[in-house]
Amino acid sequence: MAYVARKIPFVGTPDTNPETRPFFDGADAGKLMIRRCTSCKKVHHYPRELCPFCFGDCTWEQASGKAKIYTLSVMERASPPYAIGYVTLAEGPSVLTNFVDCDFKALKIGQDVKVVFVKTEDGGPSLPFFAPA
Amino acid sequence: MSLRGAAYIAGAWEHPTRKAPDKSIALLHAECAKGALADAGLTKDDVDGYFCAGDAPGGLGPLSMVDYMNLKCRHVDSTDVGGSSYQVAVGHAMEAIAAGHCNVALITLSGRPRSEGQATGTAPRPGNPAAPEMQFEYPYGPATANLYGMCAARHMYEYGTTSEQLAWIKVAASHHAQHNPHAMLRDVVTVEDVVNSPMVSTPLHRLDCCVISDGGGALILTKPEIAKSLKRPLVKVIGVGESPKHQAGGEIDLTYTAARWSGPPAWEMAGIKPSDIKYASIYDSFTITVLMQLEDLGFCKKGEGGKFVADGNLISGVGKLPFNTDGGGLCSNHPANRGGITKIIEAVRQLRGEAHPKVQVPNCDLAIAHGTGGALGTRHCGSTVILERE
Repeated sequence: MAYVARKIPFVGTPDTNPETRPFFDGADAGKLMIRRCTSCKKVHHYPRELCPFCFGDCTWEQASGKAKIYTLSVMERASPPYAIGYVTLAEGPSVLTNFVDCDFKALKIGQDVKVVFVKTEDGGPSLPFFAPA
Repeated sequence: MSLRGAAYIAGAWEHPTRKAPDKSIALLHAECAKGALADAGLTKDDVDGYFCAGDAPGGLGPLSMVDYMNLKCRHVDSTDVGGSSYQVAVGHAMEAIAAGHCNVALITLSGRPRSEGQATGTAPRPGNPAAPEMQFEYPYGPATANLYGMCAARHMYEYGTTSEQLAWIKVAASHHAQHNPHAMLRDVVTVEDVVNSPMVSTPLHRLDCCVISDGGGALILTKPEIAKSLKRPLVKVIGVGESPKHQAGGEIDLTYTAARWSGPPAWEMAGIKPSDIKYASIYDSFTITVLMQLEDLGFCKKGEGGKFVADGNLISGVGKLPFNTDGGGLCSNHPANRGGITKIIEAVRQLRGEAHPKVQVPNCDLAIAHGTGGALGTRHCGSTVILERE
């Protein structure tokens, strides 16, 4: 895939961050990993060890990868332009992402999208991006 | 105990510079402090409380600046919530004065992003590496303009807000800026000029964005007895509120701002309602910022901001709610990429009757100055200050 995401701008992460490493290991294996609370059962994003709704302990699970576009903005000043947005996962939370494999001008709020995985620069981990379903 | 009226804004001064390549950030802070003290009729030795935010150089809150200015303080506060920090500082200074922790509070802001060549709105800015969200945001390129663009896109989707309605906000600011000799953009623009300006990040055009400027400002707050001993018109702080808004674990709603939460306590303390306000300083990093905050502060119903701002309703002498009569961040300045303090300074000018005669609101006795700091698209703080001329 031609698109390469920006490098996470500091050295050693996420390798040295055990709280988030399963998310990036999952992405490298083509899985979108999300956190669910063992106490209140709610799913959240970005992933945390303690549930941001009740401070309960969380487990990892694989999300379906299905989502709808909540909003987006195409940065036309950038070269090349890129499209940032939030997508609302079928499991509930909305996540910040970029859109790939599409004509940015054709993207619509409410549109169905699916997860794809993109490598970051300089051998960094993969990250979930979204493309039209 | 209500803090209503526990402090007065006795001094307010805005640096006239918009480009200061030959001045240090510390010097800009000190020049603003000197200007605000002179405006109040006080001296450096009167200051016993100092308030600043992340633009103060040095990295340990107020320490470098109190050293540089050689201030003898018994109270300091460096709460940093971006461009809204200075409204927050007004509230915190009022609390400190009411509690007897200080008598004369100095608040400063300064910076020089223009001289330093920052691509403030269009390049992702890496933050603190320890910020827990960094890994999940930075690789996706969150620049300032696209974080606000996402809010505008959703507002348009839910409420039918148009680019032309957003453009009216810039048009109003430009009508005011033509009278401000220090403003960076003094040409009056039309709705067509705005919507035909180059797209920055959809749906926001270049003229939907604020300027990038050097500069700064400072405020002096003091207790009622001291304020009344000075020779300046009395500007009383009658309402304050502050609240952060964030991503809420993924339960995202970008159609409203933290003003929904910072406004009500300020209105309640002040004992007034939006329709009582004669002049409004509303944070204007982008046109959409203004529209959403006006809704959230209660100047119109949610979703009706587009209609509210259209047809010159924000132009002094024309519409019902004169706003940002100095030209605001959209036309005049946005020092340190933080526009909070200039919002308060123009509100003070209006209440004193010292705004430019072409934009002065007649009998201006009640004003609001609302700030937003951070980014509406991820996390930000809203802070509200309501002022009364006594």
